Amino acid sequence: MVKYRVIIAILSFLCLLPAFAAAVELRSMTFLPQWLPQAQFAGYYVAFEKGFYREHGIDLKILKGGPDFPAAEMLGKKRTDFTTMFLSEAIQQRGKKINLVNIGQLMQRSGFILVAKKGSGISKPSDLQNKKVSMWPNFQVQPRAFFRKYGIEVKSVSQGATVNLFLRGGVDAASAMWYNEYHTIINAGINEDELTTFFFDRYGLNFPEDGIYVLKETYARDRKLCCKFVRASLAGWTYAFENPDEATDIVMKYIKEAHAGGNRVHQRWMLARMKDLMQPVDPKIPLGALSGKDYETVAGELQKSGLIREILPFGEFYAPCLE
Amino acid sequence: MSLFILTAAACIFIAAFGYSYYYSRNQILTDVEKNAEIITIATVSKIEIVLNGVEKVPSYLARSLESSKPALPELQKRIIDLLQTNPEIFGSAVAYEPYAFDEKSLYSAPYICRGKYGGLVPSFLGSDEYQYFFLDWYQIPKELGKPVWSEPYFDEGAGNIVMSTYSAPFYSYKDGKKVFTGIVTADISLEWLMETIKKISSHQSSYSFLISRNGVFVSHPNKDYIMRESIFSIAEANNDSGLREIGRDMIRGGKGFVTMKNHFAGQKSWMYYAPLPSLGWSIGVVFPEDRLFAGISKLGVIIIAIGGAGFLALLVVIIAISGTITKPLRILADKAGEIARGNLEVEVPRVSSHDEVAALSNSFHDMKVALKEYICNLAETTAAKERIESELKIARTIQMSFLPKRFPPFPDKEEFEIFAALEPAKEVGGDLYDFFLIDEEHVFFSIGDVSGKGVPAALFMAVTKTLMKGICSQAVFPSMALETVNQELCKDNDSSMFVTVFCGILNFKTGELLFANAGHNLPVLISSDGEVRWLESPPGFFLGIMEDAQFETSRMSLAPGDTLFLYTDGVTEAMNTRQEFFSDQTLIETIAGCPDQRTPEALIDCVLKAVKAFTVEEPQSDDITMLALHYRGRGARTGSTLK
Repeated sequence: MVKYRVIIAILSFLCLLPAFAAAVELRSMTFLPQWLPQAQFAGYYVAFEKGFYREHGIDLKILKGGPDFPAAEMLGKKRTDFTTMFLSEAIQQRGKKINLVNIGQLMQRSGFILVAKKGSGISKPSDLQNKKVSMWPNFQVQPRAFFRKYGIEVKSVSQGATVNLFLRGGVDAASAMWYNEYHTIINAGINEDELTTFFFDRYGLNFPEDGIYVLKETYARDRKLCCKFVRASLAGWTYAFENPDEATDIVMKYIKEAHAGGNRVHQRWMLARMKDLMQPVDPKIPLGALSGKDYETVAGELQKSGLIREILPFGEFYAPCLE
Repeated sequence: MSLFILTAAACIFIAAFGYSYYYSRNQILTDVEKNAEIITIATVSKIEIVLNGVEKVPSYLARSLESSKPALPELQKRIIDLLQTNPEIFGSAVAYEPYAFDEKSLYSAPYICRGKYGGLVPSFLGSDEYQYFFLDWYQIPKELGKPVWSEPYFDEGAGNIVMSTYSAPFYSYKDGKKVFTGIVTADISLEWLMETIKKISSHQSSYSFLISRNGVFVSHPNKDYIMRESIFSIAEANNDSGLREIGRDMIRGGKGFVTMKNHFAGQKSWMYYAPLPSLGWSIGVVFPEDRLFAGISKLGVIIIAIGGAGFLALLVVIIAISGTITKPLRILADKAGEIARGNLEVEVPRVSSHDEVAALSNSFHDMKVALKEYICNLAETTAAKERIESELKIARTIQMSFLPKRFPPFPDKEEFEIFAALEPAKEVGGDLYDFFLIDEEHVFFSIGDVSGKGVPAALFMAVTKTLMKGICSQAVFPSMALETVNQELCKDNDSSMFVTVFCGILNFKTGELLFANAGHNLPVLISSDGEVRWLESPPGFFLGIMEDAQFETSRMSLAPGDTLFLYTDGVTEAMNTRQEFFSDQTLIETIAGCPDQRTPEALIDCVLKAVKAFTVEEPQSDDITMLALHYRGRGARTGSTLK
């Protein structure tokens, strides 16, 4: 009898071995979205909830993002493995000696717009001349490049966290993200046909936004793993676009956990806009790839604005995973 | 019939019910709107009083800061005073522009709020993480240049309650220029506001809510809505553009009473909304429709039930009434059919009621009785008429029997031949003719026509005929005979009847003819040589009118072979269908055309046929009487025999 028990024990151990092996293969990693939970990061939450990261061998932990956790700083201090950032922000941070690389450019288009009420007589760029325009202190490169391009002088006002100043008529035009503030304005009772919008990418100033960043050293050490993260994230995004209701539910869950604002309709709008903004401008470029041309545009404008001294070669900045 | 009445009753019922429902509904809506308006306005003014009170406090402090620039402790003391005298204010700050209060300090914003245990907690706002210059409570009044209430927000420091901040800008004056210097704020908890709004309930099932200037729910029975959803996000989620328009009107400060789709309150509902002017927010009071109309819905069900029962009752009554009406009618119809088939012995049912059917039944009965009586009378009349007619027939036969009818009358007299015929009309007439031998040489003949028709004429004719026979058998001159007859007739002739007579006495040995005329048609003389002419005679008056009338006797000699043709006006005045007379001229022509003018019977037959051919089917209205006398003269038969 004892003999049999030993055999059974050995057999059981052998059967469980592959499971142990799989568990051993999972690598613990962290990801920090650059802002509070919202549909801007739906793909990552969905990939996590649907187990896509685990399938790719990553035991991921999504950290709480927000104004208290600036992405570049957190990355630089190695408090996170992966983070997302606007391309222009990342280029500037690289210039500030945070040795990061782009491993996936998910948002291909700029969602950054200027919005004005038609009632204040603004329907084309030149109408902004001498008008009060509110701008976020950290996002002035694109609008200033736009004003430069059209030779416009504006009275700039610092824009806070809300668009209420614009809604109350305190400024003539305001900065807005198409997927966020623009919808907030619509949802405050102003109809789309009452608004004039200036999409910077339509004026030759396409600044691709959210991309995935890691420290160069992480990439050098775990290139495969980094690329698995990108692929799992892309799978999450694809799933989210195909199942927007489920994706919105997942996002809402994170929002509630974080006690953040935002309602379902707003997240649904944001998810739909993310889908629009992730479509590559050039159909030859695959989803999630950074084009050299866009990099040059953004870096060039940053240099003109004096925010970087020199433009890093594209290959130094971008570590393609998807080609 | 029953169906028609029921349908008409149903139409009236439905129209009345529909109108009453519609009217009650509108009345309820009007009442609800009015009620909601009154309560909402009362609530709004109550809230406004509080808000206006709060607004005055920081505004007053802001104005005082324009004229003086106190040191920090003094400034903090003023804020503490403000809080101590205004318990509804939770916290207050005086936030200065960069370096405006202290040339070395970017942030200068003393803030004092109430602590958890009732004390006042001083602090300073402003850091790299909290750059108040870019916050709504600071920036919006600065840019707009006027005090404003902020959008509602959750304040974690105050225990996660919904608050709003009133911010009043203040200015300093440098070189006569107005320079923005800072903001004075007063934070107030909106708990009391939410409680007040919750209490607005004019109707047991209604609820109220409050939305901010951005349309965000500040107060709503559904806690998930508060500070998360806006009226526009609800509209977008349900694809309800109508709700979006209502929301736009609400945040613009409009007021109204509108219907809401099911999704808004879980069922169709009505909403009254009005603005809170100080905040620029809007209050909505929602009334679920089924509760609103629960009363009239219940009433409607009851009315429909009563109506349905009423219909059933009406149906039963109609069937019963129509049965009692139509049953006697059906019986009447059957009886009327029998009466129509001639059975007058049928008993018409008597109806004891006093309605139209009874009247009709009685009329039928009376009609039947009247018909019966009429038919009875008709039978009697017909019998009487038949008796009279048969008596008249007899009278006619008797009358005709007066006239000589045997031909030839004098077969042994070869000197002349005489023939007469009377074709009687349907009605008894008064024509007469006669002839007889006075002696062995003289023959008397006459023709006459009594005025009028019928039995009186027949009797008068009989009298005339009898008198003529009696008187003329002894007469020598026809005129004398006529005078005597006239005198006799005139006696006691109260009926003023008269008779025309032509009479003659022929000496058939010599051919001498004496004749007299009493108003009769002129005879026709057919000469032996074939000439046809009128026999002229002096005129004379009718017999029976003038007692002393005189007549003349004419004399002429008939040649052997002459024929005399006498007739009554029944010949010349025979009418055809075109109401034309046969006429004297036609008579002459007819006689001239007759093939055998010498045989009286043939001549009369010829004329009669002509008259019949003329009248065709027109009924004969008068007796047709003709008399023909053919004179052969002495030894004529021998002569003819010799031939």
